[in-house]
Amino acid sequence: MNIDLPKTPTSQQHEVLRVENLKVDYGPIHAIKGISFSVHRGEVVSLIGSNGAGKTSTLRALSGVLPCQGSVVLNGKDITKLPSHKRVALGLAHSPEGRGVFPNLTVHENLLMGAFSINDRALIAKNLEKGFSRFPRLRERRNQLAGTLSGGEQQMVAIARALMISPELLLLDEPSLGLAPLIVSQIFEVIQELNALGTTILLVEQNARLALKKSHRAYVLETGQVKLSGFSKDLLDNDEVQKAYLGG
Amino acid sequence: MRSKIRAPLLALLIVNVLVMLLGFFTDAYVQLNILFIVVNVLMALSLNLVNGFTGQFSLGHAGFMAVGAYTAVFFVTKIYFAPGLLGLFLIGIYSIAGGLLAALAGYLVGLPSLRLRGDYLAIVTLGFGEIIRVVLLNMEFLGGPRGIAGIPPIPSIQIGSFEISSFYVAFFYASSWAVVCFFSLWRLCYSQYGLSFLGVREDEIAAEAMGVPTTKVKVRAFVLSSFFAGVAGSLMAHFTSYISPASFSFLLSVNAVIMVVLGGMGSLTGSILAAAIITVLPEALRPLQEITGVDLRMVIYALALVLIMIIRPTGLFGDREWPEIWRSWKTTRNLKKQTAAQKQSQSARSSS
Repeated sequence: MNIDLPKTPTSQQHEVLRVENLKVDYGPIHAIKGISFSVHRGEVVSLIGSNGAGKTSTLRALSGVLPCQGSVVLNGKDITKLPSHKRVALGLAHSPEGRGVFPNLTVHENLLMGAFSINDRALIAKNLEKGFSRFPRLRERRNQLAGTLSGGEQQMVAIARALMISPELLLLDEPSLGLAPLIVSQIFEVIQELNALGTTILLVEQNARLALKKSHRAYVLETGQVKLSGFSKDLLDNDEVQKAYLGG
Repeated sequence: MRSKIRAPLLALLIVNVLVMLLGFFTDAYVQLNILFIVVNVLMALSLNLVNGFTGQFSLGHAGFMAVGAYTAVFFVTKIYFAPGLLGLFLIGIYSIAGGLLAALAGYLVGLPSLRLRGDYLAIVTLGFGEIIRVVLLNMEFLGGPRGIAGIPPIPSIQIGSFEISSFYVAFFYASSWAVVCFFSLWRLCYSQYGLSFLGVREDEIAAEAMGVPTTKVKVRAFVLSSFFAGVAGSLMAHFTSYISPASFSFLLSVNAVIMVVLGGMGSLTGSILAAAIITVLPEALRPLQEITGVDLRMVIYALALVLIMIIRPTGLFGDREWPEIWRSWKTTRNLKKQTAAQKQSQSARSSS
């Protein structure tokens, strides 16, 4: 059941994402008050925190769905002012909160939507095949409307769809949301497999214990600021984290 | 390339032959209604791209038709017009001009307002339609409230000693536009790019996250839809030979929305069927008035619409197209036959 994490990457490795002083406002409300963090190649980094801490807003700002201030650098290229479709073209894939599948499109069409920014038909076909072999369940249901799938299957669609562009960085927003524990552990196994195959992942999770167990490093967000950060293993033992997020 | 234009040409040929055969038995009244069906098909198809496929609720379709109609009519009555084949050619050019101007209007309205959603967009487009109408009311050189009368009909064409009557030329011209509209929308909507329209309809944030430039996609849908609306308006002007701002009232927009909803949001073939029904139904109910002496027409028309929407809430075709519906209908029928046959054989076995 437990797959060993790959060796913790060191900070010398290539920085896929570097975020400096990121700020997001909803009108007069400051949701994110200047946070900085980075993700290195081959890492799983998790953002944890309670409701309203700004986790989802951070991801949305990164993928360009929300306007933001500060600087976001992907693979050495400043993407702060780029519209979201250009960020996708640079290899930033976002699997939105609540799965965000297109309910009245088939599984197949959902996956094709993920490849929207790719023009190469052969590449699309190849990635589609990859996705179906990773999730055989989806191949069985490729012509079924995504809205009629179970929650776990919808989450698979969301992940497979994000993988269609073979992303440099995969943003996963609450993959465990509303799923049964067994399904959650399956989904996280998939996440670990993906990481073992070289996908860099930024993970947002409510389920702090799980997120810390399955990631290399983590940032703890509280009311729009980074409160703690470090290796996930250390944070698991941290008193403050224990008390606030892991139930003592 | 040849295979790409074969289907549209075949469709054009078939409808024209059918209407030619029909033309022998019908009078001018029926013929005019046939032309209106084509105009409404064009109107419903183009609106379906915005309201059905892209999921944006536009109530300003009449405004774009007005722009197209007035542009074409302005050219025909004030600039230059000639009879015969040249006239048909000119009408074609003017229709395209009307469509382009409507598309420009669609771009100008769409760019700021398509950031809005749902009801808000409906109100903005509704307002736009009314603005166009009021502006036309106050433009004296376009006839103001009196409108423009005496718009030449589509000319008849003389080939040697044989004359193709105005109706057939008009139908050929209108159906060409309908075929162009249908096939371009079909190819667009069922392509990889067309998925982006559906994505915007289903979940805008997710579509954005997939790399779909949602505002751009919406504006493009709006502009293309406005273009065909403008063309539909120019056709309507020629068929009625008279237009005034009142011809493009809010009711026309509502009519277009009814066709789209009745046919099914996101079903092009559904829009065609619905446009035909909505055009024919009120006319077909006319004799009823003579028999009963009361105008029951609109009552029955409304009732029929309510009933259809109760029986089929997603419209006649839902978001599927005719070939798909035909296939699934055939499979269910076959399944029923099979189960019936099985039951029979079972009961036969048990009785023996």
